[in-house]
Amino acid sequence: MFSEAVKIEQRVEEGKGITTLRFPMGAKVRPGQFLMVWIPGVDEIPMSVSFIGALAGITVKEVGEATRALSLMKEGDVLGLRGPYGNGWQLPPGRVLCVGGGVGMAPIMTAAEGMADRTRVDVAIGARNAGEIIFEGRARRASDDVRTTTDDGSYGLKGTVVALADQMMREKRYDVVLGCGPEVMNRYLLKACKQHSVPCQLSLERLMKCGAGLCGSCVIDGLRVCADGPVFTGEQVERMTEFGRWKRDDAGLRVSL
Amino acid sequence: MTTSLETDICGTRLRNPTMLASGVMGETGDSLLRVAEAGAGAAVTKSIGLEPRRGYPNPTLVELEDGYINAMGLPGPGIEAFGEEMSVALKGGIPIIGSLFAAIPEDFVTLAVRMQEYGASAIELNLSCPHAKGYGMEVGVDPEAVASIVRQVKAAIDIPLWAKLTPNTHRLLDVAKAVEGAGGDAIVAVNTVKAMAISVEARRPVLFNRTGGLSGPAIKAVGLRCVYELYEAVDIPIIGVGGAETSRDVLEYLMAGARAVQIGSGVGRRGLGVFQAACGGLLRYLEEHGLNSLSDIVGVAHVQ
Repeated sequence: MFSEAVKIEQRVEEGKGITTLRFPMGAKVRPGQFLMVWIPGVDEIPMSVSFIGALAGITVKEVGEATRALSLMKEGDVLGLRGPYGNGWQLPPGRVLCVGGGVGMAPIMTAAEGMADRTRVDVAIGARNAGEIIFEGRARRASDDVRTTTDDGSYGLKGTVVALADQMMREKRYDVVLGCGPEVMNRYLLKACKQHSVPCQLSLERLMKCGAGLCGSCVIDGLRVCADGPVFTGEQVERMTEFGRWKRDDAGLRVSL
Repeated sequence: MTTSLETDICGTRLRNPTMLASGVMGETGDSLLRVAEAGAGAAVTKSIGLEPRRGYPNPTLVELEDGYINAMGLPGPGIEAFGEEMSVALKGGIPIIGSLFAAIPEDFVTLAVRMQEYGASAIELNLSCPHAKGYGMEVGVDPEAVASIVRQVKAAIDIPLWAKLTPNTHRLLDVAKAVEGAGGDAIVAVNTVKAMAISVEARRPVLFNRTGGLSGPAIKAVGLRCVYELYEAVDIPIIGVGGAETSRDVLEYLMAGARAVQIGSGVGRRGLGVFQAACGGLLRYLEEHGLNSLSDIVGVAHVQ
Protein backbone atom coordinates (compact mmCIF):
# COMPACT_ATOMS: atom_id res chain seq x y z
CA MET A 1 0.00 0.00 0.00
CA PHE A 2 1.29 3.42 -0.86
CA SER A 3 0.25 7.01 -1.30
CA GLU A 4 2.06 9.11 -3.82
CA ALA A 5 1.73 12.04 -6.16
CA VAL A 6 2.58 11.30 -9.78
CA LYS A 7 3.07 13.44 -12.86
CA ILE A 8 1.13 12.44 -15.96
CA GLU A 9 3.63 11.52 -18.69
CA GLN A 10 1.26 10.52 -21.45
CA ARG A 11 -2.32 11.25 -22.35
CA VAL A 12 -4.01 9.15 -25.03
CA GLU A 13 -7.53 9.55 -26.38
CA GLU A 14 -8.74 5.97 -26.74
CA GLY A 15 -12.21 6.72 -28.03
CA LYS A 16 -15.10 9.08 -27.76
CA GLY A 17 -14.89 10.58 -24.25
CA ILE A 18 -12.45 7.84 -23.19
CA THR A 19 -8.94 8.88 -22.15
CA THR A 20 -5.88 7.02 -20.88
CA LEU A 21 -3.45 8.71 -18.51
CA ARG A 22 -0.03 7.11 -18.06
CA PHE A 23 2.38 7.81 -15.21
CA PRO A 24 5.41 6.22 -13.56
CA MET A 25 4.42 4.35 -10.41
CA GLY A 26 6.49 2.60 -7.77
CA ALA A 27 3.94 0.15 -6.44
CA LYS A 28 3.43 -3.33 -7.86
CA VAL A 29 -0.06 -3.93 -9.19
CA ARG A 30 -1.83 -7.19 -10.04
CA PRO A 31 -4.31 -7.38 -12.92
CA GLY A 32 -7.78 -6.40 -11.72
CA GLN A 33 -6.67 -4.17 -8.86
CA PHE A 34 -7.60 -0.51 -8.63
CA LEU A 35 -6.24 2.81 -7.41
CA MET A 36 -7.93 5.65 -5.54
CA VAL A 37 -7.16 8.59 -7.81
CA TRP A 38 -7.19 12.10 -6.36
CA ILE A 39 -7.79 15.04 -8.64
CA PRO A 40 -6.72 17.88 -6.30
CA GLY A 41 -9.54 20.30 -5.65
CA VAL A 42 -12.14 18.10 -7.37
CA ASP A 43 -12.65 14.58 -6.01
CA GLU A 44 -11.05 11.21 -5.42
CA ILE A 45 -12.44 8.21 -7.30
CA PRO A 46 -11.61 4.51 -7.73
CA MET A 47 -10.09 3.62 -11.11
CA SER A 48 -9.12 0.21 -12.43
CA VAL A 49 -5.51 0.00 -13.51
CA SER A 50 -5.53 -0.34 -17.31
CA PHE A 51 -1.78 -0.54 -17.87
CA ILE A 52 0.64 -2.37 -15.59
CA GLY A 53 4.38 -1.80 -15.63
CA ALA A 54 6.88 1.02 -15.29
CA LEU A 55 4.44 3.37 -17.03
CA ALA A 56 1.18 2.50 -15.33
CA GLY A 57 -2.13 3.82 -16.55
CA ILE A 58 -5.79 4.37 -15.94
CA THR A 59 -8.49 4.74 -18.56
CA VAL A 60 -11.36 7.04 -17.78
CA LYS A 61 -14.72 7.59 -19.43
CA GLU A 62 -16.47 10.91 -18.89
CA VAL A 63 -19.62 10.31 -16.91
CA GLY A 64 -19.58 13.06 -14.27
CA GLU A 65 -17.66 15.92 -12.75
CA ALA A 66 -14.71 13.92 -11.46
CA THR A 67 -14.25 11.81 -14.60
CA ARG A 68 -14.53 14.93 -16.75
CA ALA A 69 -11.85 16.70 -14.69
CA LEU A 70 -9.66 13.62 -14.96
CA SER A 71 -10.20 13.43 -18.73
CA LEU A 72 -9.12 17.03 -19.12
CA MET A 73 -5.81 16.55 -17.31
CA LYS A 74 -2.71 17.18 -19.36
CA GLU A 75 0.79 15.79 -19.51
CA GLY A 76 2.71 17.26 -16.55
CA ASP A 77 -0.36 17.57 -14.32
CA VAL A 78 -0.23 15.99 -10.86
CA LEU A 79 -2.47 13.19 -9.60
CA GLY A 80 -2.62 11.76 -6.10
CA LEU A 81 -2.73 7.96 -5.96
CA ARG A 82 -3.25 5.46 -3.18
CA GLY A 83 -3.45 1.75 -3.41
CA PRO A 84 -3.33 -0.60 -5.15
CA TYR A 85 -6.49 -1.93 -3.55
CA GLY A 86 -8.63 -4.99 -4.11
CA ASN A 87 -8.01 -8.65 -4.83
CA GLY A 88 -7.57 -8.68 -8.61
CA TRP A 89 -8.26 -11.62 -10.93
CA GLN A 90 -7.31 -15.19 -10.19
CA LEU A 91 -5.50 -15.81 -13.46
CA PRO A 92 -6.19 -19.48 -14.07
CA PRO A 93 -4.56 -22.09 -16.27
CA GLY A 94 -6.54 -23.39 -19.25
CA ARG A 95 -8.56 -21.59 -21.90
CA VAL A 96 -9.86 -18.21 -20.86
CA LEU A 97 -12.50 -15.95 -22.36
CA CYS A 98 -12.10 -12.28 -21.42
CA VAL A 99 -15.26 -10.21 -21.82
CA GLY A 100 -15.17 -6.42 -21.56
CA GLY A 101 -18.02 -3.96 -21.92
CA GLY A 102 -17.05 -0.36 -22.67
CA VAL A 103 -14.45 1.01 -20.30
CA GLY A 104 -14.74 -2.32 -18.45
CA MET A 105 -12.02 -3.35 -20.89
CA ALA A 106 -9.48 -1.67 -18.57
CA PRO A 107 -9.07 -4.49 -16.03
CA ILE A 108 -9.93 -7.10 -18.70
CA MET A 109 -6.95 -6.03 -20.78
CA THR A 110 -4.47 -6.34 -17.92
CA ALA A 111 -5.81 -9.86 -17.30
CA ALA A 112 -5.43 -10.84 -20.96
CA GLU A 113 -1.89 -9.45 -21.04
CA GLY A 114 -1.11 -10.93 -17.62
CA MET A 115 -1.67 -14.47 -18.90
CA ALA A 116 0.96 -13.87 -21.58
CA ASP A 117 -0.19 -16.74 -23.81
CA ARG A 118 -2.10 -15.66 -26.90
CA THR A 119 -3.08 -19.22 -27.78
CA ARG A 120 -5.27 -19.75 -24.72
CA VAL A 121 -6.80 -16.30 -24.22
CA ASP A 122 -9.75 -15.06 -26.28
CA VAL A 123 -11.22 -11.59 -25.99
CA ALA A 124 -14.75 -10.32 -26.59
CA ILE A 125 -14.96 -6.53 -26.75
CA GLY A 126 -18.30 -4.77 -26.61
CA ALA A 127 -19.38 -1.14 -26.67
CA ARG A 128 -22.38 0.99 -27.46
CA ASN A 129 -20.86 2.19 -30.74
CA ALA A 130 -17.65 2.23 -32.79
CA GLY A 131 -16.28 5.29 -30.97
CA GLU A 132 -16.32 3.48 -27.64
CA ILE A 133 -14.50 0.30 -28.68
CA ILE A 134 -11.13 0.45 -26.93
CA PHE A 135 -7.94 -1.61 -26.74
CA GLU A 136 -8.65 -3.73 -29.83
CA GLY A 137 -5.04 -3.47 -31.01
CA ARG A 138 -3.72 -4.42 -27.56
CA ALA A 139 -6.14 -7.33 -27.45
CA ARG A 140 -4.96 -8.60 -30.84
CA ARG A 141 -1.37 -8.60 -29.55
CA ALA A 142 -2.44 -10.61 -26.51
CA SER A 143 -4.83 -13.05 -28.17
CA ASP A 144 -5.35 -15.08 -31.35
CA ASP A 145 -9.13 -14.71 -31.23
CA VAL A 146 -10.47 -11.19 -30.66
CA ARG A 147 -14.03 -10.30 -31.61
CA THR A 148 -15.90 -7.03 -31.35
CA THR A 149 -19.53 -6.07 -31.10
CA THR A 150 -21.48 -2.82 -30.84
CA ASP A 151 -25.04 -2.18 -29.73
CA ASP A 152 -25.75 -0.14 -32.87
CA GLY A 153 -23.75 -2.30 -35.28
CA SER A 154 -21.44 0.59 -36.20
CA TYR A 155 -18.42 -1.68 -35.67
CA GLY A 156 -17.98 -5.45 -35.53
CA LEU A 157 -21.07 -7.55 -34.96
CA LYS A 158 -24.34 -5.89 -34.03
CA GLY A 159 -25.56 -6.92 -30.61
CA THR A 160 -24.46 -7.25 -27.03
CA VAL A 161 -21.10 -8.53 -25.88
CA VAL A 162 -22.94 -11.19 -23.85
CA ALA A 163 -24.53 -12.56 -27.04
CA LEU A 164 -21.03 -12.63 -28.54
CA ALA A 165 -19.59 -14.38 -25.48
CA ASP A 166 -22.47 -16.86 -25.61
CA GLN A 167 -21.62 -17.59 -29.26
CA MET A 168 -17.94 -18.09 -28.42
CA MET A 169 -18.83 -20.46 -25.56
CA ARG A 170 -20.91 -22.48 -28.05
CA GLU A 171 -17.91 -22.75 -30.39
CA LYS A 172 -15.18 -23.45 -27.86
CA ARG A 173 -14.80 -24.99 -24.46
CA TYR A 174 -13.49 -22.41 -21.95
CA ASP A 175 -12.21 -23.19 -18.48
CA VAL A 176 -13.09 -19.77 -17.14
CA VAL A 177 -14.68 -16.49 -18.19
CA LEU A 178 -13.49 -13.12 -16.85
CA GLY A 179 -15.98 -10.28 -17.17
CA CYS A 180 -16.14 -6.56 -16.49
CA GLY A 181 -18.75 -4.11 -17.66
CA PRO A 182 -22.02 -2.50 -16.68
CA GLU A 183 -23.96 -4.46 -14.04
CA VAL A 184 -26.61 -5.52 -16.55
CA MET A 185 -23.86 -7.01 -18.74
CA ASN A 186 -22.33 -8.79 -15.75
CA ARG A 187 -25.74 -10.17 -14.82
CA TYR A 188 -26.44 -11.67 -18.25
CA LEU A 189 -22.86 -12.86 -18.62
CA LEU A 190 -23.21 -14.76 -15.36
CA LYS A 191 -26.39 -16.33 -16.70
CA ALA A 192 -24.74 -17.33 -19.98
CA CYS A 193 -21.75 -18.85 -18.14
CA LYS A 194 -24.13 -20.86 -15.99
CA GLN A 195 -25.92 -22.20 -19.05
CA HIS A 196 -22.60 -23.33 -20.49
CA SER A 197 -21.37 -24.54 -17.09
CA VAL A 198 -18.27 -22.37 -17.32
CA PRO A 199 -16.98 -20.83 -14.05
CA CYS A 200 -16.62 -17.07 -14.15
CA GLN A 201 -15.11 -14.13 -12.30
CA LEU A 202 -16.79 -10.74 -12.46
CA SER A 203 -15.35 -7.35 -11.53
CA LEU A 204 -18.09 -5.30 -9.83
CA GLU A 205 -18.60 -1.65 -9.09
CA ARG A 206 -20.27 0.33 -6.31
CA LEU A 207 -20.07 3.83 -4.88
CA MET A 208 -16.76 3.83 -3.07
CA LYS A 209 -15.45 6.26 -0.49
CA CYS A 210 -12.46 5.00 1.48
CA GLY A 211 -11.39 2.22 -0.88
CA ALA A 212 -9.54 0.55 1.97
CA GLY A 213 -12.14 -1.79 3.46
CA LEU A 214 -13.18 0.51 6.28
CA CYS A 215 -16.19 2.68 5.62
CA GLY A 216 -18.55 0.06 4.20
CA SER A 217 -20.02 2.35 1.53
CA CYS A 218 -19.35 -0.15 -1.28
CA VAL A 219 -20.79 -3.29 0.33
CA ILE A 220 -22.97 -5.74 -1.57
CA ASP A 221 -24.59 -8.11 0.91
CA GLY A 222 -21.82 -7.40 3.40
CA LEU A 223 -19.01 -8.02 0.91
CA ARG A 224 -16.83 -4.97 0.38
CA VAL A 225 -16.21 -4.36 -3.32
CA CYS A 226 -12.98 -2.53 -2.39
CA ALA A 227 -11.47 -5.14 -0.07
CA ASP A 228 -13.27 -8.44 -0.71
CA GLY A 229 -13.49 -7.68 -4.45
CA PRO A 230 -13.70 -6.00 -6.86
CA VAL A 231 -13.42 -9.42 -8.49
CA PHE A 232 -15.93 -11.99 -7.25
CA THR A 233 -16.52 -15.55 -8.38
CA GLY A 234 -19.75 -16.42 -10.14
CA GLU A 235 -20.80 -18.44 -7.06
CA GLN A 236 -20.29 -15.41 -4.82
CA VAL A 237 -22.23 -13.16 -7.16
CA GLU A 238 -25.11 -15.62 -7.43
CA ARG A 239 -25.52 -15.53 -3.65
CA MET A 240 -25.71 -11.70 -3.59
CA THR A 241 -29.30 -10.62 -3.12
CA GLU A 242 -28.44 -7.00 -4.00
CA PHE A 243 -26.55 -7.75 -7.23
CA GLY A 244 -28.40 -6.47 -10.29
CA ARG A 245 -31.13 -4.95 -8.14
CA TRP A 246 -29.85 -2.41 -5.63
CA LYS A 247 -26.93 -0.18 -4.87
CA ARG A 248 -26.24 2.09 -1.90
CA ASP A 249 -26.17 5.87 -2.12
CA ASP A 250 -23.86 8.31 -0.30
CA ALA A 251 -25.89 7.94 2.88
CA GLY A 252 -25.85 4.13 2.73
CA LEU A 253 -29.52 3.96 1.74
CA ARG A 254 -30.49 1.17 -0.63
CA VAL A 255 -31.70 2.42 -4.00
CA SER A 256 -32.84 0.57 -7.12
CA LEU A 257 -30.25 0.17 -9.87
CA MET B 1 -12.02 -24.29 35.66
CA THR B 2 -11.54 -23.61 31.97
CA THR B 3 -9.95 -20.50 30.56
CA SER B 4 -12.48 -18.14 29.13
CA LEU B 5 -12.39 -14.86 27.27
CA GLU B 6 -15.93 -14.00 28.31
CA THR B 7 -16.36 -10.54 29.59
CA ASP B 8 -19.16 -8.45 31.01
CA ILE B 9 -19.68 -4.74 30.47
CA CYS B 10 -22.39 -3.58 32.88
CA GLY B 11 -24.67 -6.46 32.06
CA THR B 12 -23.78 -6.91 28.39
CA ARG B 13 -22.12 -10.31 28.07
CA LEU B 14 -19.46 -10.69 25.39
CA ARG B 15 -17.94 -14.00 24.28
CA ASN B 16 -14.59 -12.19 24.06
CA PRO B 17 -13.34 -8.67 24.75
CA THR B 18 -12.83 -7.62 21.13
CA MET B 19 -15.43 -5.37 19.59
CA LEU B 20 -15.85 -3.68 16.25
CA ALA B 21 -15.34 0.07 16.71
CA SER B 22 -17.91 2.48 15.36
CA GLY B 23 -17.36 3.88 11.89
CA VAL B 24 -15.93 0.74 10.33
CA MET B 25 -18.18 -1.65 8.38
CA GLY B 26 -21.11 -0.68 10.59
CA GLU B 27 -23.42 1.02 8.13
CA THR B 28 -25.27 -2.06 6.87
CA GLY B 29 -26.76 -5.10 8.57
CA ASP B 30 -24.90 -7.54 6.35
CA SER B 31 -21.49 -6.09 7.11
CA LEU B 32 -22.20 -6.18 10.86
CA LEU B 33 -23.22 -9.81 10.35
CA ARG B 34 -19.85 -10.53 8.73
CA VAL B 35 -18.07 -8.98 11.71
CA ALA B 36 -20.01 -11.33 14.00
CA GLU B 37 -19.00 -14.28 11.82
CA ALA B 38 -15.40 -13.08 11.94
CA GLY B 39 -15.37 -13.57 15.70
CA ALA B 40 -15.85 -10.16 17.30
CA GLY B 41 -17.37 -10.23 20.79
CA ALA B 42 -19.67 -7.33 19.93
CA ALA B 43 -20.10 -4.77 17.19
CA VAL B 44 -20.78 -1.06 17.38
CA THR B 45 -22.82 0.41 14.54
CA LYS B 46 -21.83 3.38 12.45
CA SER B 47 -23.00 6.52 14.28
CA ILE B 48 -26.63 7.07 13.30
CA GLY B 49 -28.40 10.43 13.31
CA LEU B 50 -31.96 11.57 12.83
CA GLU B 51 -31.84 12.05 9.06
CA PRO B 52 -29.99 10.46 6.15
CA ARG B 53 -26.63 12.18 5.66
CA ARG B 54 -24.33 11.95 2.67
CA GLY B 55 -21.11 12.82 4.45
CA TYR B 56 -18.26 14.69 2.80
CA PRO B 57 -17.09 14.33 -0.78
CA ASN B 58 -13.80 12.48 -1.32
CA PRO B 59 -11.00 12.47 -0.36
CA THR B 60 -12.35 11.21 2.93
CA LEU B 61 -9.41 8.98 3.80
CA VAL B 62 -5.65 9.32 3.92
CA GLU B 63 -3.64 6.17 4.41
CA LEU B 64 -0.43 6.46 6.40
CA GLU B 65 2.18 3.88 7.28
CA ASP B 66 0.85 3.55 10.82
CA GLY B 67 -2.78 4.53 10.49
CA TYR B 68 -5.42 6.52 8.69
CA ILE B 69 -6.78 10.04 8.78
CA ASN B 70 -10.47 10.08 7.92
CA ALA B 71 -13.09 12.74 7.51
CA MET B 72 -16.12 10.81 6.36
CA GLY B 73 -18.44 13.46 7.82
CA LEU B 74 -20.84 11.07 9.55
CA PRO B 75 -22.62 9.65 6.50
CA GLY B 76 -25.48 7.34 7.32
CA PRO B 77 -29.01 6.32 6.41
CA GLY B 78 -30.68 7.96 9.42
CA ILE B 79 -32.48 6.24 12.28
CA GLU B 80 -35.67 5.46 10.34
CA ALA B 81 -34.01 3.33 7.67
CA PHE B 82 -31.53 1.79 10.10
CA GLY B 83 -34.16 -0.46 11.68
CA GLU B 84 -33.95 -2.83 8.74
CA GLU B 85 -30.15 -2.99 9.01
CA MET B 86 -30.40 -3.72 12.75
CA SER B 87 -32.77 -6.64 12.21
CA VAL B 88 -30.19 -8.19 9.86
CA ALA B 89 -27.26 -7.39 12.17
CA LEU B 90 -28.92 -9.07 15.16
CA LYS B 91 -28.92 -12.42 13.34
CA GLY B 92 -25.19 -12.56 14.09
CA GLY B 93 -25.97 -13.46 17.69
CA ILE B 94 -23.52 -11.00 19.25
CA PRO B 95 -24.47 -7.81 21.10
CA ILE B 96 -24.98 -4.92 18.69
CA ILE B 97 -24.21 -1.55 20.24
CA GLY B 98 -26.05 1.37 18.68
CA SER B 99 -23.81 4.39 18.15
CA LEU B 100 -25.64 7.71 17.91
CA PHE B 101 -24.82 11.31 17.09
CA ALA B 102 -26.92 14.40 17.64
CA ALA B 103 -26.45 18.04 18.60
CA ILE B 104 -28.94 18.33 21.47
CA PRO B 105 -30.10 16.03 24.32
CA GLU B 106 -33.68 15.76 22.97
CA ASP B 107 -32.44 14.32 19.67
CA PHE B 108 -30.12 11.89 21.46
CA VAL B 109 -33.16 10.71 23.45
CA THR B 110 -35.27 10.19 20.31
CA LEU B 111 -32.46 8.21 18.69
CA ALA B 112 -31.67 6.12 21.77
CA VAL B 113 -35.29 5.10 22.25
CA ARG B 114 -35.51 3.95 18.63
CA MET B 115 -32.19 2.13 18.84
CA GLN B 116 -33.42 0.31 21.95
CA GLU B 117 -36.60 -0.68 20.08
CA TYR B 118 -34.45 -2.05 17.27
CA GLY B 119 -32.79 -4.42 19.73
CA ALA B 120 -29.46 -2.76 20.53
CA SER B 121 -27.76 -4.23 23.61
CA ALA B 122 -26.41 -0.83 24.62
CA ILE B 123 -26.17 2.72 23.35
CA GLU B 124 -22.84 4.36 22.58
CA LEU B 125 -23.06 8.16 22.46
CA ASN B 126 -20.70 9.62 19.88
CA LEU B 127 -19.46 12.65 21.82
CA SER B 128 -16.17 12.65 20.03
CA CYS B 129 -16.17 12.68 16.21
CA PRO B 130 -13.59 15.36 15.32
CA HIS B 131 -14.81 16.26 11.83
CA ALA B 132 -18.56 16.94 11.77
CA LYS B 133 -19.64 20.47 12.46
CA GLY B 134 -22.02 20.79 15.41
CA TYR B 135 -21.69 17.14 16.43
CA GLY B 136 -19.36 14.75 18.21
CA MET B 137 -16.38 16.45 19.76
CA GLU B 138 -18.01 19.89 19.54
CA VAL B 139 -20.58 18.60 22.03
CA GLY B 140 -18.32 16.24 23.93
CA VAL B 141 -15.68 18.55 25.43
CA ASP B 142 -18.10 20.35 27.75
CA PRO B 143 -18.72 18.35 30.96
CA GLU B 144 -22.03 20.07 31.67
CA ALA B 145 -23.42 19.52 28.18
CA VAL B 146 -22.30 15.89 28.33
CA ALA B 147 -23.90 15.37 31.75
CA SER B 148 -27.17 16.77 30.46
CA ILE B 149 -27.20 14.42 27.45
CA VAL B 150 -26.29 11.37 29.54
CA ARG B 151 -28.88 12.16 32.21
CA GLN B 152 -31.72 12.60 29.74
CA VAL B 153 -30.88 9.59 27.60
CA LYS B 154 -30.34 7.39 30.64
CA ALA B 155 -33.83 8.32 31.94
CA ALA B 156 -35.41 7.31 28.63
CA ILE B 157 -33.89 3.84 28.09
CA ASP B 158 -33.44 0.57 29.98
CA ILE B 159 -30.29 -0.67 28.21
CA PRO B 160 -26.78 0.40 29.29
CA LEU B 161 -25.46 3.75 28.13
CA TRP B 162 -21.86 4.17 27.04
CA ALA B 163 -20.17 7.46 26.20
CA LYS B 164 -17.37 7.56 23.63
CA LEU B 165 -14.99 10.39 24.43
CA THR B 166 -12.44 12.44 22.55
CA PRO B 167 -8.76 12.74 23.45
CA ASN B 168 -8.72 16.19 21.81
CA THR B 169 -9.23 18.03 25.09
CA HIS B 170 -7.45 18.69 28.35
CA ARG B 171 -10.77 18.00 30.07
CA LEU B 172 -11.06 14.27 29.31
CA LEU B 173 -11.22 13.30 32.97
CA ASP B 174 -13.76 16.03 33.78
CA VAL B 175 -15.95 14.85 30.93
CA ALA B 176 -15.64 11.22 32.09
CA LYS B 177 -16.57 12.17 35.65
CA ALA B 178 -19.56 14.05 34.24
CA VAL B 179 -20.64 10.90 32.41
CA GLU B 180 -20.30 8.84 35.58
CA GLY B 181 -22.06 11.46 37.71
CA ALA B 182 -24.99 11.62 35.30
CA GLY B 183 -25.52 7.86 35.43
CA GLY B 184 -23.56 6.69 32.39
CA ASP B 185 -22.69 2.99 32.53
CA ALA B 186 -19.34 2.92 30.72
CA ILE B 187 -16.69 5.08 29.05
CA VAL B 188 -15.33 4.30 25.61
CA ALA B 189 -11.97 5.94 25.03
CA VAL B 190 -10.71 7.22 22.68
CA ASN B 191 -12.11 8.49 19.39
CA THR B 192 -9.67 9.64 16.72
CA VAL B 193 -7.08 12.36 17.24
CA LYS B 194 -7.74 15.49 15.21
CA ALA B 195 -5.17 15.61 12.44
CA MET B 196 -4.28 16.73 8.93
CA ALA B 197 -2.34 15.66 5.84
CA ILE B 198 -0.86 18.04 3.30
CA SER B 199 0.23 17.19 -0.21
CA VAL B 200 3.47 18.94 -1.10
CA GLU B 201 2.84 18.45 -4.82
CA ALA B 202 -0.71 19.78 -4.72
CA ARG B 203 0.14 22.39 -2.06
CA ARG B 204 -3.10 21.79 -0.18
CA PRO B 205 -4.65 19.58 2.49
CA VAL B 206 -5.56 16.17 1.09
CA LEU B 207 -8.90 15.69 2.87
CA PHE B 208 -11.92 17.53 1.48
CA ASN B 209 -12.69 18.63 5.05
CA ARG B 210 -9.04 19.66 5.48
CA THR B 211 -8.88 18.10 8.98
CA GLY B 212 -9.89 14.62 10.04
CA GLY B 213 -9.36 12.00 12.71
CA LEU B 214 -6.14 10.02 13.04
CA SER B 215 -6.57 6.35 13.94
CA GLY B 216 -4.53 3.15 13.95
CA PRO B 217 -1.23 2.26 15.65
CA ALA B 218 -0.20 5.93 15.40
CA ILE B 219 -2.55 6.73 18.31
CA LYS B 220 -2.27 3.61 20.47
CA ALA B 221 0.02 5.33 22.93
CA VAL B 222 -2.47 8.18 23.32
CA GLY B 223 -5.36 5.77 23.84
CA LEU B 224 -3.42 3.81 26.44
CA ARG B 225 -2.56 6.94 28.38
CA CYS B 226 -6.20 8.04 28.36
CA VAL B 227 -7.50 4.65 29.51
CA TYR B 228 -4.85 4.51 32.24
CA GLU B 229 -5.82 7.94 33.56
CA LEU B 230 -9.54 7.23 33.26
CA TYR B 231 -9.16 4.02 35.26
CA GLU B 232 -7.92 6.06 38.19
CA ALA B 233 -10.56 8.76 37.76
CA VAL B 234 -13.81 6.81 37.43
CA ASP B 235 -15.27 3.55 38.75
CA ILE B 236 -17.50 2.64 35.79
CA PRO B 237 -16.08 0.21 33.19
CA ILE B 238 -13.79 1.52 30.46
CA ILE B 239 -13.66 0.18 26.92
CA GLY B 240 -10.34 0.92 25.24
CA VAL B 241 -10.04 1.92 21.61
CA GLY B 242 -7.24 3.37 19.53
CA GLY B 243 -4.77 1.43 17.39
CA ALA B 244 -5.28 -2.01 18.90
CA GLU B 245 -4.68 -4.78 16.35
CA THR B 246 -2.92 -7.66 18.05
CA SER B 247 -3.43 -9.65 21.24
CA ARG B 248 -0.50 -7.73 22.68
CA ASP B 249 -2.20 -4.42 21.97
CA VAL B 250 -5.37 -5.73 23.60
CA LEU B 251 -3.37 -6.87 26.64
CA GLU B 252 -1.86 -3.41 26.96
CA TYR B 253 -5.33 -1.84 27.01
CA LEU B 254 -6.61 -4.42 29.51
CA MET B 255 -3.62 -3.83 31.76
CA ALA B 256 -4.23 -0.07 31.53
CA GLY B 257 -7.70 -0.73 32.86
CA ALA B 258 -10.00 -1.46 29.92
CA ARG B 259 -12.63 -4.20 30.32
CA ALA B 260 -12.88 -4.67 26.55
CA VAL B 261 -11.17 -3.29 23.44
CA GLN B 262 -12.60 -1.99 20.20
CA ILE B 263 -10.85 -2.51 16.87
CA GLY B 264 -11.52 -0.30 13.85
CA SER B 265 -8.54 0.56 11.68
CA GLY B 266 -7.16 -2.91 12.31
CA VAL B 267 -9.96 -4.30 10.14
CA GLY B 268 -8.68 -2.30 7.19
CA ARG B 269 -5.00 -2.94 7.89
CA ARG B 270 -5.18 -6.63 8.80
CA GLY B 271 -8.54 -7.80 7.51
CA LEU B 272 -11.51 -9.29 9.32
CA GLY B 273 -9.32 -12.02 10.78
CA VAL B 274 -8.02 -9.42 13.23
CA PHE B 275 -10.60 -10.39 15.90
CA GLN B 276 -9.90 -14.12 15.89
CA ALA B 277 -6.14 -13.59 15.76
CA ALA B 278 -6.24 -11.27 18.77
CA CYS B 279 -8.47 -13.67 20.72
CA GLY B 280 -6.22 -16.63 19.96
CA GLY B 281 -3.27 -14.73 21.38
CA LEU B 282 -5.23 -13.67 24.47
CA LEU B 283 -6.24 -17.24 25.20
CA ARG B 284 -2.64 -18.43 24.88
CA TYR B 285 -1.49 -15.66 27.20
CA LEU B 286 -4.04 -16.57 29.87
CA GLU B 287 -3.14 -20.26 29.65
CA GLU B 288 0.60 -19.65 29.75
CA HIS B 289 0.18 -17.52 32.85
CA GLY B 290 -2.25 -19.86 34.59
CA LEU B 291 -5.06 -17.31 34.56
CA ASN B 292 -8.71 -18.28 34.31
CA SER B 293 -10.22 -15.03 33.17
CA LEU B 294 -9.47 -11.63 31.78
CA SER B 295 -10.56 -9.89 34.95
CA ASP B 296 -7.29 -11.09 36.46
CA ILE B 297 -5.35 -8.69 34.27
CA VAL B 298 -7.64 -5.67 33.97
CA GLY B 299 -5.82 -2.71 35.47
CA VAL B 300 -2.74 -4.62 36.64
CA ALA B 301 -0.46 -1.94 35.22
CA HIS B 302 -1.54 0.37 38.02
CA VAL B 303 1.39 -0.62 40.19
CA GLN B 304 2.11 1.11 43.46
